[in-house]
Amino acid sequence: MDENARFYQLLYTIRAFESLLLEKFPTGIFHGTTHTSLGQEANAVGVLSHLAENDVVVSNHRCHGHFLAYGGDPQALFAELLGKPGGLCGGIGGSQHIHWRNFYASGIQGGTLAMAAGMSLAEKYTAKDTIVVDFMGDGTLGEGIVYECLNMISLWQTPLLIVLENNQIAQTTPAHMTIAGSLTQRFEAFNLPTTYLDTSDILVIAPIASELIDKVRSERHPQVLIITTARLGAHSKGDDTRPKQELEQLWQSRDPVAIQGVRLTEAERQHINQAVDERIQSALMTALAMKSDQR
Amino acid sequence: MNTTKPITVLDSLNSGLHQAFRDNPKVFMLGEDILDPYGGAFKVSRGLSNAFPKRVITTPISEAGITGIAGGMALRGLRPIVEIMFGDFSTLIADQVINHLAKFQMMYHQQVSVPVLIRTPMGGRRGYGPTHSQTLEKFFLGVPGLTVLAPFHLQGEQPLGMPGQLLYEAILSADTPVLFVENKLQYLLRLLKPSDLAEFDLSILRSNHKPQHDTYKFSIHAAPQPNITLAAYGYMAHLALQAMLELAYEHEIFCELLVPTRLAPFELTPLFDSIARTGRLLTVEEGTLTLGWGAEVLARAAEVLGPDLKQARRLAAKETVIPAAPQLEADCLPNTNDIIRTVREMIVKR
Repeated sequence: MDENARFYQLLYTIRAFESLLLEKFPTGIFHGTTHTSLGQEANAVGVLSHLAENDVVVSNHRCHGHFLAYGGDPQALFAELLGKPGGLCGGIGGSQHIHWRNFYASGIQGGTLAMAAGMSLAEKYTAKDTIVVDFMGDGTLGEGIVYECLNMISLWQTPLLIVLENNQIAQTTPAHMTIAGSLTQRFEAFNLPTTYLDTSDILVIAPIASELIDKVRSERHPQVLIITTARLGAHSKGDDTRPKQELEQLWQSRDPVAIQGVRLTEAERQHINQAVDERIQSALMTALAMKSDQR
Repeated sequence: MNTTKPITVLDSLNSGLHQAFRDNPKVFMLGEDILDPYGGAFKVSRGLSNAFPKRVITTPISEAGITGIAGGMALRGLRPIVEIMFGDFSTLIADQVINHLAKFQMMYHQQVSVPVLIRTPMGGRRGYGPTHSQTLEKFFLGVPGLTVLAPFHLQGEQPLGMPGQLLYEAILSADTPVLFVENKLQYLLRLLKPSDLAEFDLSILRSNHKPQHDTYKFSIHAAPQPNITLAAYGYMAHLALQAMLELAYEHEIFCELLVPTRLAPFELTPLFDSIARTGRLLTVEEGTLTLGWGAEVLARAAEVLGPDLKQARRLAAKETVIPAAPQLEADCLPNTNDIIRTVREMIVKR
């Protein structure tokens, strides 16, 4: 499989997982809530395709895509979302608190950057070339601890790549009502080298992310990558208040799966879609069949 | 200073820190103004940055950030210590402690450990006013996943002294976060040696729960059976010991004092054993009364002892801000005379 097809497969895997999750939520098999990353898949795949084995990833409430791009097992994630004892965290963590190998996600805005900053400080002292990647959203920029951490990351020059997924909306509130001034200048004020992209195209994101990850790894200094992106789905399940027309336009212009899909032939796409759909369906079926007794 | 035998609680804690840094290269410290020659606002950390320059990190005024960063360091295998300059600032770290550090091990299904030790001095009587004098640990008692410890000024059999030993054990053996509650006036107390305790019988009740900690039981030597149990920790236990002597010699009222060094999770069996004999309980704390440490101790004592708990009272700070002016401050914090008066009221009323 060439790189175009491989990227497409990874993007489509996340899409298929989260589409099936949203499709099945109303049936009542999943408890609680979930946050999907429809439209933001290229950030996860574009960045995490370049990780080395021991690198650390810190994610947030919208973590399924990051987890799957990290190499996580869809069945184990489904099992966690189903509350199975055999899930990633025994059903205790649920959708937004998952941990597997060097992947950690948690649900409090801003606190995950502190976690990532501390991990990168630890790696600075203990490892030669391991790095930490932290995903945060534009909504997180409202939290004060973010600026405490940006300051310390810069002062202490830790091997951390911050990926700011700027989907321009915090739950239902558009960014222009919550963010004053310039996104890039918020990071540059702390002397953090900042790269800005406005794209949903993995072929734009991947080479830049690769370069930044190499820099963090070799120079042991932090970097920031801001990716302006589009959230095509709701914040969680049914809480999207944006006009239908706006969403339709976003789907037409900013769908990373479609953008990458046109680089494949119809036959290639169908072949991948079918195989991925089967894998994801089967992951859910297997997870559903897992032992349920929590006691 | 860390090579000399500790004299005070401050020396003991400082020795415990030095010993932990010497014994484990994974021990780090973060805090504000902790570098030598200053060595921290209360000097508990002095000498560490000279001895271990790479592992002592002075930080900006960012209590939440450094606590969260310590959590990240711990998840990656280090054993960070965080110094929070004043206990009042513990409100700034509450989200990091409650929603992050204390949760990680359970929410990640026991797949991680989070050995972070957060030290901070609580307490008033120094004239620092409303925001630098409080005793706020009650807000951290009962947080699942968080251990709260408070040292007591006893020399004991350990070369570090008991405060330093408690701190040392917690730094090196805990695998979940610990809030280590010190007290500003307690720093200056001399460690009690056997010669200081001639008037008391002391039992050291060691717990098997990690990190290793003790409950201390004091009674008046060669006295009749005590008919009231006092419960106090930290600096208030020092005041309670003084009250015990005066109650015995001036009023012929004999008390037993139980001093836990682990406040949370609550571990009160030695206290219940004492109350079962005395029938009476007085708790003494420097924090405010409502929903405080004493409230939980009383509730548990009532549940466990039923009618064997015949009478119980709580002594605590008045529910107001702590004034800066000396007399106003003294009026709102419980002191030795308050303990004596309350005990006499309880005994005489019966």
